[in-house]
Amino acid sequence: MIKTLFSRQYRFLRRPLGLASRLLLLAAAAALVGAVFLPLWKIHLVAPQYREGLALRIYAHKLVGGNGGQDLHEINTLNHYIGMKPLAQADFAEMTWLPFAFGVFGLLALRAAFIGRMQSLVDLGVLFVYFTAFSLGNFYLRLYNYGHQLDPRAPMTIEPFTPVMFGSQKIANFIQTSLPQSGALCLALVPVLVAAAMWCSRGETLPES
Amino acid sequence: MKTHLPPFMSRPGPAALAAALVPALLLSGCNPPGASSSSSGKSGAPGSAAARTWVAPGEKDEYYLFYSGGHSGQVFVAGLPSMRHISTIPVFSPYPGTGYGFDEETKALLGDYAWGDVHHPALSQADGLYDGRWLFVNDNANNRVARIDLRDFKTRQILGPIPNSSGNHGSSFVTENTEYVLVASRFSVPLPKGRHADPADYEKEFNGMVSGIKVDPSDGTMSVGWQILTPPFNWDLGSTGKGPSSGWAFWTSYNSEMAHETLEATSTQGDRDYAAVVNWRAAGQAVRDGLATTLDGVPVIAPAKVPGVLYFLPVPKSPHGIDTDPSGRWIAASGKLQPVVSVFDFEKIKAAIDRKDFTGEVRGVPVIRYESVLEGEIPVGLGPLHTQYDGKGNAYTSLYIESAVAKWKLPPWTAEEKADLNKVILDKIDVHYNIGHLVVGGSDTKEPYGKYLVAMNKLSKGRHLSVGPAQPESSQLIDITGEKMEMLYEAFTEPEPHFAQILKADAIKPIEVYPKAGSAHPHAIWDAKDASITRRGNTVEVKMVAIRSRFIPDRIDVNEGDELVIHVTNVEQTTDMIHGLAIAEQNVNVIFDPGETKTLRLKIKKPGVFPFYCTNFCSALHQEMQGYLAVKPKS
Repeated sequence: MIKTLFSRQYRFLRRPLGLASRLLLLAAAAALVGAVFLPLWKIHLVAPQYREGLALRIYAHKLVGGNGGQDLHEINTLNHYIGMKPLAQADFAEMTWLPFAFGVFGLLALRAAFIGRMQSLVDLGVLFVYFTAFSLGNFYLRLYNYGHQLDPRAPMTIEPFTPVMFGSQKIANFIQTSLPQSGALCLALVPVLVAAAMWCSRGETLPES
Repeated sequence: MKTHLPPFMSRPGPAALAAALVPALLLSGCNPPGASSSSSGKSGAPGSAAARTWVAPGEKDEYYLFYSGGHSGQVFVAGLPSMRHISTIPVFSPYPGTGYGFDEETKALLGDYAWGDVHHPALSQADGLYDGRWLFVNDNANNRVARIDLRDFKTRQILGPIPNSSGNHGSSFVTENTEYVLVASRFSVPLPKGRHADPADYEKEFNGMVSGIKVDPSDGTMSVGWQILTPPFNWDLGSTGKGPSSGWAFWTSYNSEMAHETLEATSTQGDRDYAAVVNWRAAGQAVRDGLATTLDGVPVIAPAKVPGVLYFLPVPKSPHGIDTDPSGRWIAASGKLQPVVSVFDFEKIKAAIDRKDFTGEVRGVPVIRYESVLEGEIPVGLGPLHTQYDGKGNAYTSLYIESAVAKWKLPPWTAEEKADLNKVILDKIDVHYNIGHLVVGGSDTKEPYGKYLVAMNKLSKGRHLSVGPAQPESSQLIDITGEKMEMLYEAFTEPEPHFAQILKADAIKPIEVYPKAGSAHPHAIWDAKDASITRRGNTVEVKMVAIRSRFIPDRIDVNEGDELVIHVTNVEQTTDMIHGLAIAEQNVNVIFDPGETKTLRLKIKKPGVFPFYCTNFCSALHQEMQGYLAVKPKS
């Protein structure tokens, strides 16, 4: 019984990939390249005196304020009143290795497309899901820390809070909205493409040699 | 018991209307004034005057109105059609509101003068249209011209006192590609300035001057390009040519009699005064050809020796405005003391010059034959001062004595109209009271906006809440889109708008912060860690950062007798995040716009501890934005 299972699994993992699956993997590699350059997340703050809003875009390798970078200064200026640590790109060690990590996944996708085995797809899919979960967890922890490690000597004392990651919430006079952007959509596409590649090659058999 | 009349009964009855019309008819001797707009009333019904001038909260006006501030030395910025005052641009006078005249840079701009007399603002032009780069204004009192940069609405240059030029009233008139800002002297003096002569020898010893102030096309820097020496007439107002009159400029004068005292009587004896017809391109060429002589450091052309640069044209008695129409062909000059506007045809002027159709000369300057170049004298009414155009073939002349604006038709006229020029007067509207200048947006360009006319009235005579004897000026907004002019609104300003310019709001896109990236100020610092206090001998130099809600440093220690220099950078890059630095009992109030660096310098004369604080409310902790200047006494 177990032997049969292993055998079926072995055959599954050795299953070759069809042309459609390989093209899907190329698309996944392209999506990963896109994620290096496209914004992953956007945090937007709106208040009566900031009707046009303050925007912060998070990329794999940089933190960009809206309005030519000015919004980042403005957010930090406002945050100093509640004792929040200034947001600075230098504090995000992730930004030095994230593009590299995306590159590794891109190479894994190309490798899977080239080697053409189901097992490479499994490697890619599992590692990527793990990596994504880790990154989102890390992002949440970042947000939590910024909202909780407040300077007790700050002019204004507010209840520690966690900036929202998905959706909107009200913080003092600001409505904070946080949503994934095109880069994150590219990343979300990767597991979908990998799953689709698996599905497309579900009926493939080893060629007779 | 009091009875309540239905609303229509409270309107002026026929008798009241007749009473208002009769004096106007008697005075003007021509068409009755247009239907009064008083019926537009206070209602906000669609199409009413109220609805047409209503700019809802949060909405913006369609046009800028740049008023000259007269002897306040400033320029006022209002919006049209709301007439709301939006901002004041200090030019020739200190203005604590923006810290103008308190920091080293603006102190240097003001020089030795604490005020100026701003008369005629002029927008820069490219190809005969407003290009939205600069606004030039003149100082009638101290013979200066200033340039306001419309990128940031700040005065960036004050040129003058201009050598050999006195009483800079005949200014500022911009040529069609802003090659020059043209300037003429209202008050003649012995030249070069600084020379004494007996005013009784006025005719012999005094001279007037017409000057071309050259404008650098790249950055607007002004310098004296050329001057033309004239007899001591009092040059009054001018305009520049375009189209057929391209390269020419015109000024009226009063006092062709060359009287020097009791001018009210002595300068009003002749039936005509002279206008100057100046070929400014030829003047520039004459200087390049070495035909000018240097007087007080600038090239001066003697017109008798350099033919072709200056002609005189007789115009009716004591004229004020001389305005070229948008086509550049028709020139309207009006004599304050004759109830007509004289319309000249520049093509005829050109022809008269070419065939030397002169009636003589004054000090070697040919006098053009009036009859040869006149198209017609239009009996507009009493006290015609100044004319503007709507670009649709109509002209609008302010009538000072009559307190009205006359609308009339530019040539070409039919034979019937020519025979009776009363027929070209299309409409008249009362204004309140004693109108000086009027402005139609873009009247001095090839394409006027032709929508609104603003009447700048010299007297308001209690049409506002009483503020005591010192009364404001009144300005009235008139709709000129219809056949009849329609009074829409009135507003009051501080003294004293003489003229204004109207600019379409979307013609410019001013900055709202000085970008950090573009800052080239040698003393700018952008980070608190670069703040410093350095002593060199008896001079203490501070580099300070202003940011919500701190000055860094917020303590400065000096000794009595020290020289204190503070460079402050407002490191904010957010719209409207303005800070100020006032030092108590030191007469210091410097304001910094976002991204701006300013330097202030003061001699420390007394010991003590002097608080300094932010003057421009910046944030919830604005009050806390303060520090101390601690001065140790001399030991």
